[in-house]
Amino acid sequence: MEPFKQLNSTAVPLPIEEVDTDQIIPARFLKATTREGFGDNLFRDWRYHSDGSPKEGFVLNSPVYKGQILVAGSNFGCGSSREHAAWALYDYGFRAVVSSFFADIFRGNALNNGLLPVQVSPGFLDEVLQAIEQDPAAEFRIDLEQQQFIIVGTGAAASFEIDAYKKHCLLNGLDDIDYLLSIRDKIEDFERKRQAALPTAH
Amino acid sequence: MGKTLFDKIWDSHLVTQVGDDTQVLYIDRHFIHEVTSPQAFAGLEQRGIPVFRTQQTIATADHNVPTRNQHLPIQEELSRFQVDKLTENCGKFGVELYGLGHEYQGIVHVIGPELGITQPGMTIVCGDSHTSTHGAFGCIAFGIGTSQVEQTLATQCVLQRKPKRMRINVDGELQAGVTAKDIILYIISKLTASGGTGHFVEYAGSAIRSLSMEGRMTICNMSIEMGARGGMIAPDQTTVDYIRGRKFAPKGAAFEAAAAQWATLYSDEDAVFDQEHHFRAEDIEPMVTFGTNPGMGIGISQQVPEANGNTTFRKSLQYMGLQEGQLMKGQKINHVFIGSCTNSRIEDLRAVAAFVAGRKKAPHVQVMVVPGSKQVEKQAVEEGLDRVFREAGFDFREPGCSACLGMNEDKVPAGEYCVSTSNRNFEGRQGPGARTILASPLMAAATAIYGELVDVREALRTQAN
Repeated sequence: MEPFKQLNSTAVPLPIEEVDTDQIIPARFLKATTREGFGDNLFRDWRYHSDGSPKEGFVLNSPVYKGQILVAGSNFGCGSSREHAAWALYDYGFRAVVSSFFADIFRGNALNNGLLPVQVSPGFLDEVLQAIEQDPAAEFRIDLEQQQFIIVGTGAAASFEIDAYKKHCLLNGLDDIDYLLSIRDKIEDFERKRQAALPTAH
Repeated sequence: MGKTLFDKIWDSHLVTQVGDDTQVLYIDRHFIHEVTSPQAFAGLEQRGIPVFRTQQTIATADHNVPTRNQHLPIQEELSRFQVDKLTENCGKFGVELYGLGHEYQGIVHVIGPELGITQPGMTIVCGDSHTSTHGAFGCIAFGIGTSQVEQTLATQCVLQRKPKRMRINVDGELQAGVTAKDIILYIISKLTASGGTGHFVEYAGSAIRSLSMEGRMTICNMSIEMGARGGMIAPDQTTVDYIRGRKFAPKGAAFEAAAAQWATLYSDEDAVFDQEHHFRAEDIEPMVTFGTNPGMGIGISQQVPEANGNTTFRKSLQYMGLQEGQLMKGQKINHVFIGSCTNSRIEDLRAVAAFVAGRKKAPHVQVMVVPGSKQVEKQAVEEGLDRVFREAGFDFREPGCSACLGMNEDKVPAGEYCVSTSNRNFEGRQGPGARTILASPLMAAATAIYGELVDVREALRTQAN
C-alpha cells in the first residue's frame, strides 16, 4: 500500500446521499480476478449510456471538475462489501473521499487500500460543496498527521477522526496482513487455550 | 454489570488488542465464494504462504453462476474463468469446495446453516455483506472486504474495531399474511438505511422468538441494510432443534455438550445496550419499498411519502417512476423474482407454493423462482413444489444468487418493475434501469397471480372464503 501523508488537490463534487457500492461499481463488472482496471467502470451507469457514450450531466464527464478528492453526500459506500468499490475509486485516481457519514465496511475497505475516508459535519460538508461551486479550481488540503481537512481559500478547517492504528498504517504504507502474520504465535496460543476451554469450539 | 450476547461471544474470540481501538478477532468459520476471493488467493501466492486453517474454510460458487444448465460449461467467458479460478485456488490451497454440480452447492448463506456448519457462539466471516444471516444462530457474523478475506485465509483473524450494541425488540403477534421479511423491512423503514451504522444488533422480543430459524435468518440477513455490521438472535430450543442431525453438526454426546454451552449464550438481564428500540408486531403490515434504498419502505395500505425538498429522495422516485402521495397498491408489475440469501429457503418456497397452488400467474408477468441451494431444490422437488410452480407458469431454476444482483444473465429489463424477495432495491441492482420493489415471498406470490401489487392480507381472506 502507498503511504498517505498529505494531499493537496481540487475536488470533484457528488452531492448525492446514500451512494451505494452498486452505483460505485455495478456487480456485472466484478468478474475480474485482479485488482486493476476497475476505474474504467467507476459509477458506470451514472457515467455512461447503455451504448457506452458518456452522459453529459454526470460530474466525472465534466471538463470543469477534477482532482483526487471526491466529495459526496451522507452514508457513502452503503450496501455490498465489495472491496472493488474502493479499488475502482483508487484506480480512477481518487485518494480521499469526503462525506458526512460513511458505511462501515466501505470505510474499512478504503483504509485497507490507501483511500482516506474523511468524515466531516454536515455543515462543513455544505461549506466544502459551496467552495467547489464558487470555484471549481478551489484547493483543499488533507493533513493526515494532524487529522485536518482544510479549505485552502478560506482557511476553514475541520478535524476528522481516524483509528490510531489505521492512521499509523496509512502514514507508513503498512498492510494489516503484515501485522497479523507477525503475531502468528499469539494466534496459535489463543487456539490452544480456546480448544482446552471449549472442546466443541472447532 | 451483565454482558450482552454480543460481548460474550466477542470477548471469547479476542486474541489481542492493537492500540486503543483495534482488536484482533479470531474467526471460527470462513466462507468464501468466486467473486471476492481470487485477489485474496493471489495475495497468498505472492507471499508464498498457505491457507492457515483449511478445516475452517468452506467454499462455494454462487454469485456468478448461471441458473440454467449448470451441468454444462458456463457460456459467458469471464464468469467461467472466475468460477474456474475458484476451483483452481481451492485445489491448490486445500480448501473444501461445494462447486457447481456438488450436492451441497448453493448460496453461501443458505448452505452454511443447512449443513450445520453455522453453530451458536461462533465468529463467522465471508466476503459478502449478507454474512449477517448466520447471526440468526447466535453468532457474530459479518461481511468483509477482500483484503480481510486474505487476512482470514492467512491467519484466521481479522482486525476490527468493536462495534456498539443495539437491541431491537419486537413484541406481540403478527397479523396473518405478515412475515419475517415484513418485520425487517418495517424496522429498516423506521431506523433508515444508515440507522444501524457502527452497531451490532440483537433482535429480541416475543415476535422474534416465535419465528422459525428460516424467518430469523431473513431478519438477520438484512441487518446490513440499515448499516449495521451484523444482527443476531440468542439461541433457544428452536435453534437446537434446527441444528440437531445436520451434516456437520456435532453428534451424540458432543451435541448435548454443545447444546449445553449454547444455552449460556444470551444477554444478561442487566446488560446495557448503546441503543434500544421497541416495536409492536401488530403495527406491521405487508411491506413494500418504493425507492432506491431498503429504508424507503411502507405498508401496502400507505401512500408514498412527500419528498419535502430532499433532492436525493426526489431523484429516487424519478428513477422508480413513482409519484409522491401515490398508493403502491395497484401498481402494475412485470417481473417477480423469488430467491436470494434473504428468501430462497424451503419455507419460502412452501409459502409461495401454498398461495399459488392450482392457480396461474397473470399473463404479463414473468416469474422466476431460484432455490437457495441444491438441497433446497431437491427438497422442493420431493415435495412437488416444482410442479406447482410450473403449472402456475413460473420458471423454476437452479441455485445461485441470480437476479438479486444481476451478475449473471438473470436481469430485469430497464424501466420495468420487479417485485423481488431479495434485499436491495438500489438503482440498477437487478440490471441497468431495473426498478426493484422489495417484498416478502407471500407478497411476491400474490403479485405473480394478480399482476399488480395487492394487499396479501385481503387476498388470503378472499382465498379462504
